[in-house]
Amino acid sequence: MPSQIVSLVVNGERREFIAAPGVTLLASLRESLGLTAAKRGCAQGACGTCTVLVDGRPEVACLVAVETVAGRSVRTLEGVAAGGELDEVQNAFVDCFATQCGFCTAGMIMVAEALLDRDPDPSEADVVEAISGNVCRCTGYRPIVIAILEAARRRRGAVSR
Amino acid sequence: MTYRLAPIDTSTFAAERAAAAAGRGVDGGDFTVIGSVVQRSDARGHVTGRTEFFEDVLPPRLAHLKMHRSARHHARILDVDLTEALAVPGVLRILTHADIPNNLYTPLKLIGVGPDDEPILAVDKVRYLGEPICAVVAETEAAALEGAARIRVAYEDLPPVFDVEEALKEGAPLVNEYHGQNHFIYEGHHCRRIRFGDVAEAFARADHVFEWRYQSAPIEQAPAETTGCVVVPQADGRLRIHSDTQACFFTLDNTALILNTPFNKLRIVGGTVGGGFGGKVDVVVEPVACVAAMAADRPVRFVYDRAEEMQVSSPRAAERIYIKDAVMDDGRIIGRKATLYVDAGAYARHSPYGTTKAAAHLPGPYAIPNVWADCHCVFTNRTPSSAMRGFGVTIADFALESQMDRIARALDLDPLRLRLLNAYRDGDLKAHRKVAEGTALVEVIQKAAELAGHELPEAYRRMSSTTREGL
Ligand code: FES
Ligand code: FES
Repeated sequence: MPSQIVSLVVNGERREFIAAPGVTLLASLRESLGLTAAKRGCAQGACGTCTVLVDGRPEVACLVAVETVAGRSVRTLEGVAAGGELDEVQNAFVDCFATQCGFCTAGMIMVAEALLDRDPDPSEADVVEAISGNVCRCTGYRPIVIAILEAARRRRGAVSR
Repeated sequence: MTYRLAPIDTSTFAAERAAAAAGRGVDGGDFTVIGSVVQRSDARGHVTGRTEFFEDVLPPRLAHLKMHRSARHHARILDVDLTEALAVPGVLRILTHADIPNNLYTPLKLIGVGPDDEPILAVDKVRYLGEPICAVVAETEAAALEGAARIRVAYEDLPPVFDVEEALKEGAPLVNEYHGQNHFIYEGHHCRRIRFGDVAEAFARADHVFEWRYQSAPIEQAPAETTGCVVVPQADGRLRIHSDTQACFFTLDNTALILNTPFNKLRIVGGTVGGGFGGKVDVVVEPVACVAAMAADRPVRFVYDRAEEMQVSSPRAAERIYIKDAVMDDGRIIGRKATLYVDAGAYARHSPYGTTKAAAHLPGPYAIPNVWADCHCVFTNRTPSSAMRGFGVTIADFALESQMDRIARALDLDPLRLRLLNAYRDGDLKAHRKVAEGTALVEVIQKAAELAGHELPEAYRRMSSTTREGL
């Protein structure tokens, strides 16, 4: 099977690149588009470090053959800080010390974005459920949950920063 | 493929930069941070995805390295056939032991620990399942994997040994010929020893003698980011190594020794580690990736996949510990005998040091007048073990504190009082002949008891690390 030209809308911009058959969305983002925020922790769908949003839904990019999402809209961590300003989730991760080594952070933030997009007022259980596919081996789960709840509060405007 | 330069992040310490720019001194005038909340300096990079991990470095013409690994626990290598592997389209080079300038090494050589006991690539024998034999360098990861899968190795099986005590028995299969016996030798002794006071006399006059056995399995650090590096040959002939090692200089020095090259021919770019927990202290990917980069004259990436990380990266050692205590009716421990076996796996790596740490940690934070310990660093045909979070100490503590609880239960004593009675105080001579200073175990236990609502009698509440009151 020959390589093909694949087109995606990445962080709002149309991008085209050549993809070998079967190449993953993760490899395409990292190696063809130079967007390296999404990480390869396991390459087998088990850790969530590669999570990006495809049409707003979190997907493990290491398991998605890129041709199957051709033409769709993909959001990565690079697209979150609009105009160079950190958004509520990013700010809350900084303020609540929700990062340690930082390797899981991109995936954690992307699932948090998807969660808050669909539910601006999640319960703690909803947050735990949302990040349940994401491993943090530095085991900073507690601050991550607190940061996501804090981001939701800030986004609702109940607490200003 | 695009080559990305690390962006310079000027967003951190914005206040300090502004202060410096306004001429109020480079440090912004006030670096008093205790009691205030200070943002982590790397947090903005992490939340924006701008932090550069080694695998984010994508130089043009990047080649990929994959290992062909031992399919046996212990075997002689009779033949290695590369024919089919070399025919795989995209395979550039296959490295064997003959390509490595100094194939034999041990990482603690840098602090005078020897002998060299581990080949970078196996020579005539494999000593554990997954030991690297040949390194395949290819255009793509897929071609490297395919090449590695097509290497044929003929083995003659040797009997393996997997248990530390079995390995020390007369007639056990010899794991590592470079040591000549299945244990590390400490200054002419078969193990790291402690001899303090007279334990035999203590056991003879004790009211009670308790002996139990403790054992732990190997523990994999399992960092979120797997072990790896990208080596980029430079125009001036040097090699730039982007690595997730936890020990940049240690890696640089060991790699230079293995490459038989001056240290200044190598440059390490590192310090950003996607979780390590000790598992990224060994020097296992950089040397062979450097040789590959020189042989192929291209940048080379060698990164473990998740299965390799779990199977061949060195875990915390399995340990087996026997503790025998001489105890009086009132709970005073007058003698402690400990026999500790650290399973180093097939090669020494950091285990001789971990075993010494374990010895230095015995008999725990207690003032015991008679102590005898034999701490063995044992070679078996298991995955070489190495550093992980307080290695040598953590499992010993598990054993020691379990022992304390069991003694308390057996004598129907309060476990906190038992510890307060035996805790070392300032000025106590410890078993390895160091005087205890700045001790605080007594106060910590008292505070913990208070927080937990655990009643201590007045006499125990008045105990102190700096006086001998109540003893
Ligand atoms: S890298 Fe995709 S889930 Fe682990
Ligand atoms: S911060 Fe290290 S894995 Fe989560």
